[in-house]
Amino acid sequence: MIETFYDVMRRQGITRRSFLKFCSLTAASLGLSPAFAPKIAHAMETKPRIPVLWLHGLECTCCSESFIRSGHPLAKDVILSMLSLDYDDTIMASAGHQAEAIVDEIVEKYKGNYILAVEGNPPLAEDGMYCIIGGKPFVEQLKYAAESCKAIISWGSCASWGCVQAAKPNPTRATPVHKVPGLADKPIIKVPGCPPIAEVMTAVVAYLLTFDKLPTLDKQGRPQMFYSQRIHDKCYRRPHFDAGQFVEQWDDEAARMGHCLYKMGCKGPTTYNACSTVKWNEGTSFPIQSGHGCIGCSEDGFWDKGSFYDRLTGINQLGIEANADVVGGTAAGIVTAGVAAHAGLTALNRAKQADKQPGAE
Amino acid sequence: MSTLAAAVYVYELPVRLWHGINALAIVVLALTGYLIAEPLASPAGEASEHFLMGYIRFAHFAAGYILAVGFVGRIYWAYAGNEHARQIFMPPVWKAHFWDGVWHELRWYAFLAKAPRHYIGHNPLAILAMHLFVWGLLFMIVTGLALYGEGAGQQSWQFALFTSWVLAAFGDSQTVHTWHHLAMWFIVCFVLIHVYVAVREEKLSGQSMLSTIATGWRTFKNNEPIDDAE
Repeated sequence: MIETFYDVMRRQGITRRSFLKFCSLTAASLGLSPAFAPKIAHAMETKPRIPVLWLHGLECTCCSESFIRSGHPLAKDVILSMLSLDYDDTIMASAGHQAEAIVDEIVEKYKGNYILAVEGNPPLAEDGMYCIIGGKPFVEQLKYAAESCKAIISWGSCASWGCVQAAKPNPTRATPVHKVPGLADKPIIKVPGCPPIAEVMTAVVAYLLTFDKLPTLDKQGRPQMFYSQRIHDKCYRRPHFDAGQFVEQWDDEAARMGHCLYKMGCKGPTTYNACSTVKWNEGTSFPIQSGHGCIGCSEDGFWDKGSFYDRLTGINQLGIEANADVVGGTAAGIVTAGVAAHAGLTALNRAKQADKQPGAE
Repeated sequence: MSTLAAAVYVYELPVRLWHGINALAIVVLALTGYLIAEPLASPAGEASEHFLMGYIRFAHFAAGYILAVGFVGRIYWAYAGNEHARQIFMPPVWKAHFWDGVWHELRWYAFLAKAPRHYIGHNPLAILAMHLFVWGLLFMIVTGLALYGEGAGQQSWQFALFTSWVLAAFGDSQTVHTWHHLAMWFIVCFVLIHVYVAVREEKLSGQSMLSTIATGWRTFKNNEPIDDAE
């Protein structure tokens, strides 16, 4: 007998009423019309449950922490039971050899039919020796599990972009999942953020499991429904930006009045994420609402661009600490000095020639 | 004294118009662009009473569109206009004489050559510099429209034509901002040199400069042989 999502949920003690509520909620969070709720319910009742293998590489577990705190308890409970987390070394009950055996079991039993969720990334230096799982380099476990999976979810900025462990000079060669050489060619969904928003994570899993296909991805491989707009576009402090009213210091009157944090280095205008709409912790707040600028944690390379508190970020290629204004201003200064010196020399030259040839010109 | 070489009509009206509009647009773009990255002091009072950043950004976007449309028009004129209209788009880099001209011009600026050669159009070094500037303009137009498309949204043509691939090519939006800002300084440097050498050549070389870009006519002050940039 095939086990469906619905079977699993009922076994976990979720009532049919809660189940239908979840279906409506999922439809809403995916931006679908109410007509999709029964379709989601139908899919859940009839489709066999897809197991999820959740691997951890070099990471800080903030993705897992975020995921289990999914704002809506309903969604969290349902999805956690849906995943039933066949393997997640942070929260599963088993340990040691038994735990590692689960990976083999899933790979064998559900060949080509399970979702591989990756939190963190593999370090490639020294043949991957900087991250050992069950006595083997993580990169080997990742390649092995990826070989037979249906699709890969890259949780967080580590798996998606590399994040702080990949910061220059990246001694362990921490490498985001899609750049691991020799990895099986499987569809990869990037869900960046440090951590990603819990509701975004649960919605991505729900989409995958109910529709049995990938959500629409943008050119960088992120689900468009959550990463198509910048924090800035939907920021509630945007009117202050347009008015030109900025916080100049952390303790000034503008900071107390909640003006725009642009001058304090807020990366909202360059960060694609859903924080300003979905928010965090059951919609309580998000960084800008609590008075601190966005640091752009869901953007590629955010960890290597100098201070979080500068609007103009650092240019690393020069090997010195500089931003566009320092580089450009210096160049313009040198050019101006050069022009002035050249004009002076020209005048001097002309004067000399005039002395040599009196009467000429 | 022998007769001076006859005046030549070099820069047709569309080229001169483009030059003027470009100059104005670049001044507006550089000033407003700088203020977008480094905003002015905050006005006091309610947000509803002000639209300072909004106006600065509007001026930037409007001037940007004028620059972009002018650029497209200028590309067309390079095809439709006279031979001088396409000079800065296609430097004859495969010709030895062109590089000889560049070398001579460099020596002239290094006070090593006694006099510059005469040209009807631009001198070879100027062709090179302006060619580089054309690429700079194109870079600003493409990255500028890509940044504009971010705000205009995914359904906009700016996003479809520019933002989609530019963001992917640079990796992230912040990097595009940084390069757009850096290229502004490149253009500022170009303008500084451009204005200086135009004034200097007007005074020292045997050919007209400032009046040529105003009227289109090149006149000569002496009867030196005229070189061909190619």
